[in-house]
Amino acid sequence: MEMQKLYSLVPLAPLVGAIVAGLFCRVIPRWVAHTVTIAGVAISCFASFLIFRDVLAGNTYNGPVYQWLTSGGYRFEVGFLIDQLTVTMMLVVTFVSLMVHIYTIGYMQDDPGYNRFFSYISLFTFSMLMLVMSNNFMQLFFGWEAVGLVSYLLIGFWYTRPTAIFANLKAFLVNRVGDFGFILGIGLVLAHFGTLDYAAVFAKAPELAGTTLHLFGKGEGVALMTATCILLFVGAMGKSAQVPLHVWLPDSMEGPTPISALIHAATMVTAGIFMVARMSPLFELSDTALSFVIVIGAVTALFMGFLGIIQNDIKRVVAYSTLSQLGYMTVALGASAYSVAIFHLMTHAFFKALLFLAAGSVIIGMHHDQDIRNMGGLRRYMPVTWITSLIGSLALIGTPFFAGFYSKDSIIEAVALSHIPGARFAYFAVMAGVFVTAFYSFRMYFLVFHGEERFGKAAADAHGHADHSSHAPESTHAGSSGGHEDDHGHHSDDAHDAHHHGLAPGEKPHETPWVVTLPLILLAIPSVVIGYIAIEPMLFGDYFKASIFVDATAHPVMKELAHHFHGAFAMATHALTTAVFWLAALGVALSWFFYLKRPDIPAAIKERSGWLYKLLDNKYYFDKFNEVFFAGGARLLGRGLWKGGDAGLIDGIIVNGSAHFVGWFARMVRLFQTGHIYHYAFTMIIGVFVLMTLWVTRA
Amino acid sequence: MSGTPLLSLAIWVPILAGLVVLATGSDRNAPLARALSLIGAVAGLLVTIPLYTGFDLHTPAMQFVELRPWIPRFNVNYHLGVDGISMLFVILNSFITVTVVLAGWQVIDSKVAQYHAGFLIMSGLLNGIFSALDGVLFYVFFEASLIPLYLIIGIWGGPNRVYAAFKFFLFTLFGSLLFLIALLYLFISSGGSFSILDWHRMPIGMTAQTWLFLAFLVAFAVKVPMWPVHTWLPDAHVEAPTGGSIVLAAIALKLGAYGFLRFSLPIAPDASHELAGLVIALSLIAIIYIGFVALVQEDMKKLVAYSSIAHMGFVTLGFFIFSPLGVEGALVQMISHGFVSGAMFFSIGVMYDRAHSRLIADYGGVVNTMPKFAAFFMLFAMANAGLPATSGFVGEFMVILAAVEHNFWVAFAAASTMIVGAAYTLWMYKRVVFGSVANHHVAELSDINGREFLVFVLFAIGALGMGLYPQPFTEVMHSSVDELLRHVALSKIQ
Repeated sequence: MEMQKLYSLVPLAPLVGAIVAGLFCRVIPRWVAHTVTIAGVAISCFASFLIFRDVLAGNTYNGPVYQWLTSGGYRFEVGFLIDQLTVTMMLVVTFVSLMVHIYTIGYMQDDPGYNRFFSYISLFTFSMLMLVMSNNFMQLFFGWEAVGLVSYLLIGFWYTRPTAIFANLKAFLVNRVGDFGFILGIGLVLAHFGTLDYAAVFAKAPELAGTTLHLFGKGEGVALMTATCILLFVGAMGKSAQVPLHVWLPDSMEGPTPISALIHAATMVTAGIFMVARMSPLFELSDTALSFVIVIGAVTALFMGFLGIIQNDIKRVVAYSTLSQLGYMTVALGASAYSVAIFHLMTHAFFKALLFLAAGSVIIGMHHDQDIRNMGGLRRYMPVTWITSLIGSLALIGTPFFAGFYSKDSIIEAVALSHIPGARFAYFAVMAGVFVTAFYSFRMYFLVFHGEERFGKAAADAHGHADHSSHAPESTHAGSSGGHEDDHGHHSDDAHDAHHHGLAPGEKPHETPWVVTLPLILLAIPSVVIGYIAIEPMLFGDYFKASIFVDATAHPVMKELAHHFHGAFAMATHALTTAVFWLAALGVALSWFFYLKRPDIPAAIKERSGWLYKLLDNKYYFDKFNEVFFAGGARLLGRGLWKGGDAGLIDGIIVNGSAHFVGWFARMVRLFQTGHIYHYAFTMIIGVFVLMTLWVTRA
Repeated sequence: MSGTPLLSLAIWVPILAGLVVLATGSDRNAPLARALSLIGAVAGLLVTIPLYTGFDLHTPAMQFVELRPWIPRFNVNYHLGVDGISMLFVILNSFITVTVVLAGWQVIDSKVAQYHAGFLIMSGLLNGIFSALDGVLFYVFFEASLIPLYLIIGIWGGPNRVYAAFKFFLFTLFGSLLFLIALLYLFISSGGSFSILDWHRMPIGMTAQTWLFLAFLVAFAVKVPMWPVHTWLPDAHVEAPTGGSIVLAAIALKLGAYGFLRFSLPIAPDASHELAGLVIALSLIAIIYIGFVALVQEDMKKLVAYSSIAHMGFVTLGFFIFSPLGVEGALVQMISHGFVSGAMFFSIGVMYDRAHSRLIADYGGVVNTMPKFAAFFMLFAMANAGLPATSGFVGEFMVILAAVEHNFWVAFAAASTMIVGAAYTLWMYKRVVFGSVANHHVAELSDINGREFLVFVLFAIGALGMGLYPQPFTEVMHSSVDELLRHVALSKIQ
């Protein structure tokens, strides 16, 4: 087959599945919905693999599909750029998506919105592929917003739950704040480069490196590249949940677990990372922008990690760990180690999707109780979930030889070598982050799979944890007559409350069916081996070729990193003697001691560290601030302008005021129209008298 | 084909159809009146199709021109013609008329013939506005189109309809008065010509241009409406029946914006440049101020009315950037707003027909009882919030990009609509559609029927089609917009 057709097939196959499952969700049986969508994604995944082989053989592509719009001499096209970076993303997206599709058969089996769910996740896959395959900023923005839309729809999938529809609105609006910056960045690109085509923009970038904009009146001005890159990065901060636009991601856990894995861990949230890597020819021209990136990433990596420590909802622990890992990727971007960021993006996609899907498996096993304090000892009942979770956690904390080790260790090394302002702070943050990550990851792991069995108390206190606001246990059971194919099911809140979450006394967790465990196993494999295999070609070989650009004289990080690299095996054995490894080991040991050996100690710490615990429990008060200042402020302003401006000033005084004035004037004038002849005669006499006086005095 | 007076057909077919419908008389013949009006509306749409298919992309000149003397003594002519700027609006208007007839099909059950006749006649008059090339002819259509809308609000409107109808009429009449004076001045100073095209070519001094520009500004700003002469619109929308709101939002608001392109810019180019800052400032106020006001509305129709004002702010902003991208973006925004706001008002009408309330607080959990409706409403809400792949995105995107070229901070202010626009639209959607069933009224709602489904599909084709492939819409504009901007760049002062 012609390659161009194959390129189009990759996004279109999931789109067809989404349309069939979506438009006909009320009439087709479930097996049709999942077969057609899975087939679409499988075709897409297979085609991506063929393209990958073709790209490895040296065949890249950059060309239009159709002309979307022409105006004022500008051309906006929909087109594909197929290179090493694109195809890496295509493989990750389609593979994880395929795993999630299969997993969903088991996870959503009792949900009345089954067909709708499949339609959404296939639509997501299409949107994400359009985003990564784009050859221009316009289509990038298309995909960017489209994945945001699907994320909105999926977070609010259970639309009767107040927490879910609050979370999806919040996610959309926070993302829009990012997009606000993003579109202005795109505007600067168009205004100064005259095109939105990547290749043309990148080719022209060096000659515009010296351009300055006078955005703030006269004076120094801001470098065009700095302004453009920071604005584009604001978009990335929204989508990839960097502080302070991170607030939507923990709440997005209101969505069903499969999409937490696919969208809010493995793919969509990494769009910002991908975008910055794609824009490397621009970011390389502004050290200020890179400093901004590295500082934001470092803050996210460390401070979001802290929050993971105190979460008790299994999904929220993983969510905060995602935030923290996204911070690591961002730090790598800031250090000009774009290939390392993409490498970590890839390994993270596998092990984080694995951890989320495993968490979902635990949730099924626990009958939709998500509180890790009610678990314990699950390894005896859910062996596959247990082992795969262990693999995922080991990969996450960076255990030598596991995938996460290679990518995370490379990030830390790269930051250590970077001289960009802010790199010192970032180095401290990512080092401390290693310990924190190991601590909260294994806290969760020990509490869930080891120790005493704390489940079986659901009837007593499944909802009794009022100390935390984030306990909206998710349910797929609500409309429990699993047979009917209602698109928008009738799972009201009453049904939720009537249904007990968690295991009743005497009930035991059970291992989940094969459609759930198979994806876990298939994801566990790359979580172990992909780092070992891929590090050499991706970071130090010429895998990425021209798709990522690094100014090696100004930012020689990757070159120096290559000096220290002596093969994947040597890297892992050498790591055993480094501080990074021992920090992680210390984190694991400490969590073992705290949560298995002496559970009284963390309880005592929590007691004594009053204000610190409160600060963390309130997530540094970001949410409260946003609610009061932005949401409340906007409503106050709106009401003021409405009542004061529109109703008060314009309508009250000017419009109705002039109507009243006309009425008043008419009433006044009417007083003179008395109808008595002697009034008129008297007025005339006075008039004649006045005129005569004037005439006489003038003469 | 070239001999067929297509523009006359576009004007007179709906008007004649309206008169025929009116002749059916009392409500006993209501089914006949409905059928005839649908035939009339579809026929009216069909005769406009050749305007697109037969349109010559390569000339900025007027096409499908008809010229006959009307009042020879004052040199007034029946002079029609369209260019790339006006042609699409004739088709859009005829399209909207079909949806309006369908939207009022079962809902209007008193004075059915008169209601439908009003819309058909108005449709013809509106086509007249977009194709008139003679000042007097334009003015006659412009004023005459007020009457059907005034009657529609005043007769089939809500409880406070008389106040709203008067407010609407007086505001627009106030603007028209200055417009008339400007026309007469142009007639005299051009040595006795009412031809708009002559006026375009005529040199005018700076002082006269400034006065003309200000007179036009008042007249058109009321129609658009621009801040601060916008307060009639929310009242008119709230009281108007669904069909009235659709035409008001989709077409009537475009008249003012169209006037800027046909009169203000080409007749007073120097004053347009001089006073562009004023218009841009008013546009930005419309986008930001009105956006926040929309956020706190309790009545859905008011909310969408305010959002219309904000969206029209993008139109006036785009015009006064004086770049092809900006002007075409503004034109795209006008057409898109026709689909999207029409669909939004129709959505609210669908709920109002069932539950007889427009208040957000009276709803909640509509998705549980009206899933199909909720899906369509989601599509149009997203289009209203400017999501890519819907038409709502294209115009905003183009205008924002053009604004960055012009001045970064103007773009910055305009782009804030990305956040505020999404906030007011989706917050409303959340409170109305999502959640559990809020009360027994919502519990009793029935999902959309076949007729409503058809109307939604028509709007959806417009909104999605234009979002996915806007090229067919913009390519017809290029020649005319380029010519307009070339013309506006030349000084008229001698």
